[in-house]
Amino acid sequence: MENLLVQGLSGLATASSLFLVASGLTVIFGVTRIVNFAHGSLYMLGAYLSWTLVTQLPRGHLGFWGGVALAALIVGVVGVLIEVLLLRRIYKAPELFQLLATFGVVLIVQDVALLIWGPQDLLGPRAPGLRGATMVLGVRFPLYELFLIAVGPVVLALLWLLFNRTRWGTLVRAATADREMVGALGVNQRALFTTVFFLGSVLAGLGGALQIPRESVNLQMDLVVIVEAFVVVVVGGLGSLPGAFLAALLIGELQAFGILIFPRITLVLAFLVMAVVLVIRPHGLLGRAPSTAHAAAAPEPPYLPASPWRRWAGLGLLLLAVIVPPFLGDYALIVFTEIAIMMLFAASLHFIMGPGGMASFGHAAYFGFGAYGAALLVRHFAAPMELGLLAAPFMAGLGGLVFGFFCVRLSGVYAAMLTLAFAQIAWSTAFQWVEMTGGDNGILGVWPSAWAQSKLVFYYLSLALCVGAVMLLRRAIFAPFGYALRAGRDSPLRAEAIGMDGFRIRWFAFILAAVAAGIAGGLFAYSKGSVFPTYMSISRSVDGLLMVLLGGVKTVSGPIAGALAYTWLHEQLMRAFDLWRLFLGIIILALVLFFPQGLAGALGRREGRS
Amino acid sequence: MTLEVRDLHKSFGGVQAVSGVSLSVAAGELLALIGPNGAGKSTCFNMLNGQLRPDRGSVKLRGQEITGLAPRRIWRMGVGRTFQITATFGSMTVLENVQMALLSHARRLYDIWNPVSKQDPARAMALLDRVGMAGQAARPCGVLAYGDLKRVELAVALANDPSLLLMDEPTAGMAPAERVALMELAARIAREGGIAVLFTEHDMDVVFAHADRILVLDRGKPIAEGLPAEVRRDARVREVYLGTGATHGYS
Repeated sequence: MENLLVQGLSGLATASSLFLVASGLTVIFGVTRIVNFAHGSLYMLGAYLSWTLVTQLPRGHLGFWGGVALAALIVGVVGVLIEVLLLRRIYKAPELFQLLATFGVVLIVQDVALLIWGPQDLLGPRAPGLRGATMVLGVRFPLYELFLIAVGPVVLALLWLLFNRTRWGTLVRAATADREMVGALGVNQRALFTTVFFLGSVLAGLGGALQIPRESVNLQMDLVVIVEAFVVVVVGGLGSLPGAFLAALLIGELQAFGILIFPRITLVLAFLVMAVVLVIRPHGLLGRAPSTAHAAAAPEPPYLPASPWRRWAGLGLLLLAVIVPPFLGDYALIVFTEIAIMMLFAASLHFIMGPGGMASFGHAAYFGFGAYGAALLVRHFAAPMELGLLAAPFMAGLGGLVFGFFCVRLSGVYAAMLTLAFAQIAWSTAFQWVEMTGGDNGILGVWPSAWAQSKLVFYYLSLALCVGAVMLLRRAIFAPFGYALRAGRDSPLRAEAIGMDGFRIRWFAFILAAVAAGIAGGLFAYSKGSVFPTYMSISRSVDGLLMVLLGGVKTVSGPIAGALAYTWLHEQLMRAFDLWRLFLGIIILALVLFFPQGLAGALGRREGRS
Repeated sequence: MTLEVRDLHKSFGGVQAVSGVSLSVAAGELLALIGPNGAGKSTCFNMLNGQLRPDRGSVKLRGQEITGLAPRRIWRMGVGRTFQITATFGSMTVLENVQMALLSHARRLYDIWNPVSKQDPARAMALLDRVGMAGQAARPCGVLAYGDLKRVELAVALANDPSLLLMDEPTAGMAPAERVALMELAARIAREGGIAVLFTEHDMDVVFAHADRILVLDRGKPIAEGLPAEVRRDARVREVYLGTGATHGYS
């Protein structure tokens, strides 16, 4: 009983912290329609900055609370810089692009924090006046946790006053309901967006700063908290403050009691809740469907069959890929193999993103299903490679069948978040189901059959399978099915009115893409000789997105060019620099700001001009 | 009768949008559904094409019950439609838009092997020829003029040899000269092909020039029905459209 009370109380404290972060995220989304991946980085910055300030300033109340407040304000200024320098230029870009841009900021902040504060975990001082514990209903409970429990409702009340009792707040609510209308009424949108971003960033910074007496400050906290904040915001309904509060309570308590009841699936629990909520209420508990009254999207460009120039370039590339490798060393062969595999992975993601118009932020799940499908057969049945490579697409297709059934019902940000939730469920299953998957240690000894042991032979095998699968996907894009998929993207209304079942078409496309990603994953497992949960991690999903967007989502050959450029670049950066994240982040930002059409798109424009 | 509608009702929250609408359209006949803004025309229309499910009442197509079916099923039973704001596939050419309807009609949407560009374009071209768009077959729909888009929609709507054509404000947003031309075209195709046409329209010139019969709605209820000449003389219709004049100080 006492144990339950303590868990319940610490759940409330967690909920408060979650709410601080999630409220900033949801307010920013409500007005700017940007899903800010860097929100977790702002939280992390808040924690690091307050650690520095609190330890530097004189001890005592002023030193601690002053340090916390100052840290939150500095984070607010950083947020304003991000908004003015980056986001302001991409408000009209597709949402995945915005998500990607803010992910670039995440990478940059990670390396900057590493440079400034070093890799070790930092322990902050306790809060003055709140050091001890007190008795709550006969149970000893830390004072600081009690203080945190109070912070959440207080912040909610203050935000409510701000949004309902000030002119600025009224404008923010109006902009959340209908941004275009507010613009038409002559409100200075730029100032509104910037101030909203400031407020949201301060909340994130405050959330981070208040954590230092509670847990150590480290470089992983940005992604941990952003994923949790996404769950809270999406469950509550994007843009809804009370929704975020409700969801924070739900998730906080769920995590507190989940450890008692289902210790084995703590990581999955939050995502299961998110998946269930999105399936039942597609816009979250208290969210509303975004107003689309003014959405007048520019028509997507048609897909053209490859120009003779491009056809020759493709053929030449393939010829090089066949002729050159026998003269290369093992390292180059490994890179070449990986490039071939990543081309297929990128092409499979492009299939649902481009013609399908669906946003997937969890495509790594199907890559991972393929890898695990093969590796599990090896581990438990000592199956040969031939069987493993057959099981890979089958397993991935099965995953796509189940997850896709739910994901293709949603669109935009919500679809992106649901795919992310499912990918995280798959990832945490692989991570926590140790008997089956080996957990964090992965599955080792996934080696090719004797005939394909040589790096060169395995490279040719990968090349043949990947090029074959990519060509099949390409064929499907230009066949009636690919057209039907595009039809549903261009005009769902018209597609339905000429007898098309949009749900079934998108579902089938999702499964096809999963199968293709599964082939890539299976090959990847055999090329590395091992399988780890990281194969399904967010960063691999982001890798896929980067390849597609780098190449250009609006062209069929885009993902090929993107995978080639990205894999090569990634490899070079990792080898040459310790701070490869920083460089990658800068490259992403440059890409988003200067080549919004991607590489293939930029090339196409040049062709078109000449 | 191609289309028979009995006693349709639909309310949104507390608002009774449509109450007690019945109508019928015979093959080759053009029935116009008119009424001031908010009269319930669009609601009525959307209950016929499957976008809305009626609270009460029945819709029969050639004797078969289609009430509450999904739009795509209603299309499969032979109902073509055009939208008030044109809905076409912007990333495809004019020809491909029509081909998609033909492919769907032939139930070949799940073909992932045969390129669309290798399909025989003859039938699609014939349809485009009927609406005068054959010359622009290769242009992407995203760049067409609005009047031309309306023609493409008509060709798409005719692709499954419909027995009923539903046209929601077919001439909205077009120049006056284009309106007459488009409606003449639609009327000719309907009469030649024995297609029943139900259309809503704000332009009274278009309505009185082309409708065989007219049904007038006001605040969700039918207030008059008959030949154009009868409706033109109807006192209640005049009142609804022109007002009694009392509010403006005339008597």
